[in-house]
Amino acid sequence: MASLVGSRVERKEDKRFLTGKGRYTSDINIANQTYAVFIRSPHARAKIKKIDTSKALKSSGVVDILTGEHIAKDKIGGLIAGWAIRSEDGSEMKCPANPPLAKDSVNFVGDPVAVVFAETLDEAKSAAELVKVDYKVLKAVTNLNDAMKSDAIHDGIEKNLCYDWLLGDRQKVKEAFDKADKIIKLDIINNRLIPNAMEPRACVIDYNTASEEITCYTTSQNPHLSRLIMSAFGGVAPENKLRVVAPDVGGGFGSKINLYNEEIVCSWASKKIERPIKWVAERTESFLTDTHGRDHITHAELAVTNDGKFLGFKNETIANLGAYARVFGTVTPTYLFGPCATGVYIMPAAYSNVKAVYTNTAPVDAYRGAGRPEATYTIERIVDKAAMELGIDPIEIRMKNFPTEFPFKQTLVHQVDSGDYVAGLNKAKEMSDYNGFAARKKKSEAAGKLRGIGVTSYFEACGIAPSPVVMMLGCGVGLWESAEVRFNPTGQVTVYTGSHSHGQSHQTTFAQIAADELGVPIENIDVVHGDTDKGTFGMGTYGSRSLTVGGIAIVNACKKIVNKGKKIAAKMLEASPDDVEFKDGEFVVAKSNKKKTIGEVAFASYLPGVRDEVKSPLPEGEEPGLIESSFFDPANFSFPAGSHICEVEIDPDTGHVKLDKYTAVDDFGTIVNPLIVEGQVHGGLAQGIGQALCENAQYDESGQLITASYMDYTMPRADDLPDFNLGFTCTKATTNPLGVKGCGEAGTIAATPTVMNAVINALGGKEISLPATAEKVWNACKELKKSNAKAA
Amino acid sequence: MQKVSLEVNGKKVTKEVPDHTTLSGLLRDILNLTGTHIGCDTSQCGACVVHVDGKSIKSCTALAVDLDGSKVTTIEGLASNGKLHPMQEAFKKMHGLQCGFCTPGMIMSAVDLLKNKKNPNDQEIRDWLEGNICRCTGYHNIVAAVKEAASKM
Repeated sequence: MASLVGSRVERKEDKRFLTGKGRYTSDINIANQTYAVFIRSPHARAKIKKIDTSKALKSSGVVDILTGEHIAKDKIGGLIAGWAIRSEDGSEMKCPANPPLAKDSVNFVGDPVAVVFAETLDEAKSAAELVKVDYKVLKAVTNLNDAMKSDAIHDGIEKNLCYDWLLGDRQKVKEAFDKADKIIKLDIINNRLIPNAMEPRACVIDYNTASEEITCYTTSQNPHLSRLIMSAFGGVAPENKLRVVAPDVGGGFGSKINLYNEEIVCSWASKKIERPIKWVAERTESFLTDTHGRDHITHAELAVTNDGKFLGFKNETIANLGAYARVFGTVTPTYLFGPCATGVYIMPAAYSNVKAVYTNTAPVDAYRGAGRPEATYTIERIVDKAAMELGIDPIEIRMKNFPTEFPFKQTLVHQVDSGDYVAGLNKAKEMSDYNGFAARKKKSEAAGKLRGIGVTSYFEACGIAPSPVVMMLGCGVGLWESAEVRFNPTGQVTVYTGSHSHGQSHQTTFAQIAADELGVPIENIDVVHGDTDKGTFGMGTYGSRSLTVGGIAIVNACKKIVNKGKKIAAKMLEASPDDVEFKDGEFVVAKSNKKKTIGEVAFASYLPGVRDEVKSPLPEGEEPGLIESSFFDPANFSFPAGSHICEVEIDPDTGHVKLDKYTAVDDFGTIVNPLIVEGQVHGGLAQGIGQALCENAQYDESGQLITASYMDYTMPRADDLPDFNLGFTCTKATTNPLGVKGCGEAGTIAATPTVMNAVINALGGKEISLPATAEKVWNACKELKKSNAKAA
Repeated sequence: MQKVSLEVNGKKVTKEVPDHTTLSGLLRDILNLTGTHIGCDTSQCGACVVHVDGKSIKSCTALAVDLDGSKVTTIEGLASNGKLHPMQEAFKKMHGLQCGFCTPGMIMSAVDLLKNKKNPNDQEIRDWLEGNICRCTGYHNIVAAVKEAASKM
């Protein structure tokens, strides 16, 4: 039987999506449901003096209106930060309370203060207009650079500082810098982004008055974690009375990791009003209240020798947390960022220092790549700057500093188990026809255009786990993943996973893995996820961890099934289990033609004696049935890596940047399904390119989000992007039996610096900030023309 | 309230709806055809594209009562007798979808493109689809799927 791992298997989940039969949260309706509309703060920072709901309560169709007072009275807890980070001086991080409905103060535009439930959505909206909130408006803190000098937003959090964190050795770095021929300096802003999954957040809550169970259908990347937080910290209901279902989810990209205010409020309120509740965000609500990404101000310095060897690196960053610290908010700019700060290079000394501050803006949390794009952007931009200042080719300077032996002990934290960075960059160089660039540049110049080439080499730490490491780093829980594999008596298989698919294709790739392990046709394997009532507790999907952690749990559960099956088959075949081999779905007695299929063994395990000559095929002490579960906690993170090269052509008359060619060469270890992996890379690239060329979340001085719609926030569209040229190299991960590394975030991590390096190369090394919009590039072209004229 | 009569996916329907009901609202909330998705509130994302009298429109920006007497085709009406439309087949084959949320609108737009232009080139496909936002695929495989469908139709 041919192996399915490695095959371009078309997706099992596609048919329902292609025919309009996907079932997203907003497609769910429950008889007698009410509609929720949230009243949100129009101010970035204010005290709530009074909320008057009297007129609104009399409005047509209103069922109830609840405020922060009600939720505080019922002692419902708020939202939490999942990771505890310590400052350099040893002090604990400072996090404000984040109640589901604000009672005393609001801290960003969109912070919810009350909620209306009504018979129809129109009635709920009308009544929401009648709720009068009396605010005392305070001066908002919106400028990240000034946040530490501004008024404290939260009582007791001085300088608005959550922590001042250090990873690395300042003294060693100083010594390295003292020896340097040259110090390369770079100031950059890693701009704020809004994840923008195409499905807006939503929840539908059904409270069963008979069983007193709450069912919360929601747009989540990790329903089990949402239930845990809602129960343990929110106190909404005990876990056994709370079911969280994340059905089809229309993209996440990190923004649906968090449990949000609306899910807690509606779950609590459904019990209170004894009616089902439906809430669906409008796009502007998503812009205002989904967690945002990135938003760093960084000063970096790289110490080099004249021949381009790196001696040391420092990264001083101010990271914006927004108004509150959420689940991955505090770890994204620290342990997901700092260790990757030195990139794929041998760096004898380094440190990352991060000051995380609160501002009156939406909470900032994980967005595709989470910390690693920010780290990679900084190192890859400064390496290019070093190459330019030293007059060394960008590929050559990278090659000079790559490790060539693995495992590679990376400077700050990670022990990278496998990789071949030289092979990846060589392949990218060849595929992109790097050597032909000079000729293409000449041709562009003849047409009055500027052409630039950009290179990036990256690695990332993903497959986020293992428990001992993440807990040492401050994670509140261990990060493993669970799986359960169940044979039905008649031979079909159901695989339960704690991971969640919101586009990642688990129904296909996980079935491929199980099919190979069990020798069962893929058509007979179903993958179930996303429902706390189905399957065991799981940690969910983020940090490119589904396959590297969750997939391996499936492999291990399958191996347990085969082990048990072997014992049963041996009894059925009257042989010793040691003589039974399992291959391609059959248990075969060595050196004989005696065999049983795994389907026959499954049947016998449930219904001993029905079909078989041996009345009880169950070995002594063995329980009936063929169900096994596994919790996989890997020994280490996994480390995908790669090199990307792109070319841009700039029209100096308009500032338009045309992305002409994009080549990505990635090493994801073993690839389970190339069709799906290529799709993950394409999508990741589009998001990274979006940051480089068009996406930018902007607040004005008073804290109003001025990019709160698709008219104002520029999403990359089909006509903004080229076809992508993809290649792969493969060094297998040594920390899991499949050798897989994860592929979900790579494109986003690599694309932003690749494109910006190309734009800056086209502009003759002139620095330009993210994103390289036509306006900025046009201005840069004008200045370039002026300085060229002066030089001439 | 106004009465509106439409032919939706080949079936005649007549409903009394509030005047301000959009076509997407009628389809999703009254006819339970939830394959048509709402991804924004500014007519920008294209997740709600359906065909009205054979032409693709954004159903979130059309009032149901304005379309009285029209023939509407939604994603649910594209396959016939259980057989997927060549565009649906092509999206599957070329992995032109991931989370699936933009997919119904994307497919309905793409089907209309091929009605207007039999064998569009890459740029023509990208230009036509610029009113449909996809956050998952980077559009690469969507373009490939439209070309694949064009070669089969």
